[in-house]
Amino acid sequence: MTDVQLDPTKRGYWTSDQDVRWCPGCGDYGILAAMQFLHTELEVKRENTAFVSGIGCAARFPYYMSTYGMHTIHGRAPAIATGLAMSRPDLDVWVVGGDGDMLSIGGNHLIHALRRNVNFTILLFNNQIYGLTKGQYSPTSEVGKVTKSTPMGSIDRPFNPISVALGAGATFVARTHDLDRKHMIEVFRRAHEHQGAALVEIYQNCNVFNDGAYNAILKRDNRSEMMVNLTHGEPILFGAENDRGVIIENGKALVVKIADVDESELVVHDEHVEDPALAFALGNLSNDNFTPTPFGVFRSVEAPEYGAGVTNQLLTANEESGPGDLGALLRSGATWTVE
Amino acid sequence: MTDTADRIDDSMLDHVVIRFAGDSGDGMQLTGDRFTSASALAGNDLATLPEFPAEIRAPQGTLAGVSAFQVHISDHDIHTPGDAPDVLVAMNPAALRSELSRLRSGGTVILNDDAFDERNLEKAGFEADPREDGSLDDYVVHRVNMTSLTLEATTDLDVKKRDAERSKNFFALGLISWMYSRPTQSTLDWITAKFGKLPAVEAANTLAFKAGHAFGETAEMFGSPFKVAAAPQEPGMYTNITGNTATAWGMVAAGQLAKLPVFLGTYPITPASDILHELSRHKNFGVRTFQAEDEIAGVGAALGAAFGGSLSYTTTSGPGVALKGETIGLAVSIELPLVVIDVQRGGPSTGLPTKTEASDLMMAMYGRHGEAPLPIVAASTPADCFHAAIEASRLALKYRTPVILLTDGYLANGSEPWLLPDVDSLPDISVEFATELNGTDATGDAVFLPYLRDEETLARPWAIPGTAGLEHRVGGLEKENVTGNVNYDPTNHALMTDLRQAKIEGIAADIPEVVVDGDGGADVLLVGWGSTRGSITSAAERLRADGVAVDVVHLTHLNPFPQNLREVLSNRKHVFVPELNKGQLVKLLRAEFLVDAKPINKVMGTPFTAAELVENVREGMKLSD
Repeated sequence: MTDVQLDPTKRGYWTSDQDVRWCPGCGDYGILAAMQFLHTELEVKRENTAFVSGIGCAARFPYYMSTYGMHTIHGRAPAIATGLAMSRPDLDVWVVGGDGDMLSIGGNHLIHALRRNVNFTILLFNNQIYGLTKGQYSPTSEVGKVTKSTPMGSIDRPFNPISVALGAGATFVARTHDLDRKHMIEVFRRAHEHQGAALVEIYQNCNVFNDGAYNAILKRDNRSEMMVNLTHGEPILFGAENDRGVIIENGKALVVKIADVDESELVVHDEHVEDPALAFALGNLSNDNFTPTPFGVFRSVEAPEYGAGVTNQLLTANEESGPGDLGALLRSGATWTVE
Repeated sequence: MTDTADRIDDSMLDHVVIRFAGDSGDGMQLTGDRFTSASALAGNDLATLPEFPAEIRAPQGTLAGVSAFQVHISDHDIHTPGDAPDVLVAMNPAALRSELSRLRSGGTVILNDDAFDERNLEKAGFEADPREDGSLDDYVVHRVNMTSLTLEATTDLDVKKRDAERSKNFFALGLISWMYSRPTQSTLDWITAKFGKLPAVEAANTLAFKAGHAFGETAEMFGSPFKVAAAPQEPGMYTNITGNTATAWGMVAAGQLAKLPVFLGTYPITPASDILHELSRHKNFGVRTFQAEDEIAGVGAALGAAFGGSLSYTTTSGPGVALKGETIGLAVSIELPLVVIDVQRGGPSTGLPTKTEASDLMMAMYGRHGEAPLPIVAASTPADCFHAAIEASRLALKYRTPVILLTDGYLANGSEPWLLPDVDSLPDISVEFATELNGTDATGDAVFLPYLRDEETLARPWAIPGTAGLEHRVGGLEKENVTGNVNYDPTNHALMTDLRQAKIEGIAADIPEVVVDGDGGADVLLVGWGSTRGSITSAAERLRADGVAVDVVHLTHLNPFPQNLREVLSNRKHVFVPELNKGQLVKLLRAEFLVDAKPINKVMGTPFTAAELVENVREGMKLSD
């Protein structure tokens, strides 16, 4: 065993011995690196960490981490991870899946895991395409998308994952992208610190079936005009000259030139406000890949965590009824004795 | 045993079968349940058959809304809820119309006369009043104004007439309790415990019960009360238990015997939900119950908990097993312990949710994609569900495999007296988690090999998160033998398929051989499984009484089969396989053993009667003679 495999502050310690088998140039490589680097800083134990995934390109993720891992079935990772997290509150559980895995076949499990506030972090790799099945449209593909299964263009209206998560009552919702390791690490760290279910949408490039989908936003030259960075407690400003901001009009978030509005109208970001309306409005600032798009933490509020609630009921039952006694259980109905 | 209630003296009966029937809102299940409880305390042997519609409240007074509870009490060992009732209590015309044909000729009918008005007669589809037109001439009929007598008894209470009327089932219970000399105190205590928080309801039910009892004594309609003596039973402490409760207690017990936390991931479904209800009351045993968003999430969460080191269960019925199939396949692949409990009901599709059937055997055996063998265990009586749940758990843990435990709607809701086992006599089913590295890699470094199998059981090590140094990844992709790494090599896949199969087949050496009930070597062999045990045993007793030599074997393990089954099946003139389906075990037996086994089938939502089986066996013997 080499030295890096014994030193948790080295990336190699968090890397499994398996060859990574994503396509060359896939955005997933950057996400994996960010996760491994984050773990060099977290001061958590490898044996107390588990990655659970469904099916799809993203779902191969657990094979490449040197932690415990489960590569399960399509769409079911949030449900399977719920059983692991609620029965083992001592573990750090991460759930990984793509837009098809999480929002199509697994949409039901995703919303219920978020509703219950199960203590794990969900990484939603959104590349707006089905990769592993070779290029069909996904539930986040734009209307009109021409793919193998939609030669005349898709007529499905897409999900906005941020809106779905907020609608399900998620207590932590954030967005990052695969080109900025530092940003990913910070967002993943915040999600990991959160008590309860955290959802992180990651804009991820599929360079084989949907290459450059996010170029209008994420190409280096476009970022200052197209990326809206959210920072708690600060006015939302963007643009090369920080000359643009966001206001709320009739409940809807709008991009404005700050010169055109009174400074008091500019939205100051608040992650912790109980009402999700602001986060929802910001999530809907953009519903395509050609409009300024927010990144960072949309919402982070405190709420009871599911596994703790389950454990508390076990403790309460133990206090009220005493520890389980099998003999007493069998005699707990009406009994009679034959001599 | 005979078909009719033979009098020993004027008042002694050796057994009696009573059927309570009324509208689904009339409380017939509760009435039957209380009568059963009092009979159990009186020391009778008994068996019950609750039957109710799938609708919670079908239109009042209609045939669709009839709910019935049959109870067979006896002074000797019995196996079934009885073929034909001796007594029918009918709370309304619909109950009479729907249930009368079951009653034995000359049986007793007790009617709630108040309910036989024109409107109810019409709703039940009677063109003429059956009390007057001679259609009850073959029976002994007692007409009792149960509703008005209940109202009279409760007149001093401050309750609305409609609410007071609802106590009429307790009037009926009081009357029948008098007729069959049941102890009353346990019922009165139960009313207090159940309704103590609603004093008016408690008082109304108590007064109605006492009024019914007093009516029997004073009305001079019924002669003197009958007695059914206690059945000779093995010494010990007994309780009356339903299959679903026994299953839940078996799960709790298995957790204790395995020294593991119990996890149930499930979704409500008839007739399995009561297992969840019962188990969720026992959190002081460290039991976690999770009502998931759907069947798939229920089994998924259970498998996730198994990865974490819990003894994991999912409970469901046929439609749920269909949905869980993909996850059960994953459990076969990642080789983790998981018990899937299928409380079978009539199918296909939604089918007959509240009626029994045993038609999921083929689904349990083959209902997954790919080659995905797993052990199957079936319970045979309500109390046997306790032991079957422990056995299914033992196999799951020891062999790191999903196991399907089959019960059914009849076992789930039916009950029987149960001689409580000595807790210390229950088996130790604990297993060891892996804690140490178990191999070396190509460079000679010590490593953990998650698919290095135990030589005897072929089970792989169970290393749970939290164990330092044993971090590993499992998944549904084919794994390389020993290392568990993803591997698509064709010869490796063939090897892994063979190993998974061999692991399950090897269990045959670890399960009891079948025991032949009978003298052995009889020309006729009956092979059963599941809830048909009581019916088959009764049928065999009748055939033997008529001079037909019959052997019976009843299977608890359906995959793999017990090792001596081949020998037991051989050299028989007739092998009959009674099943509550269209012939599933019989196909497996014919395929596995090339034996000319003949099916006896019933799919009518109810158990076999012993008489039906006797007739079918006799017919079958004639046909092949």
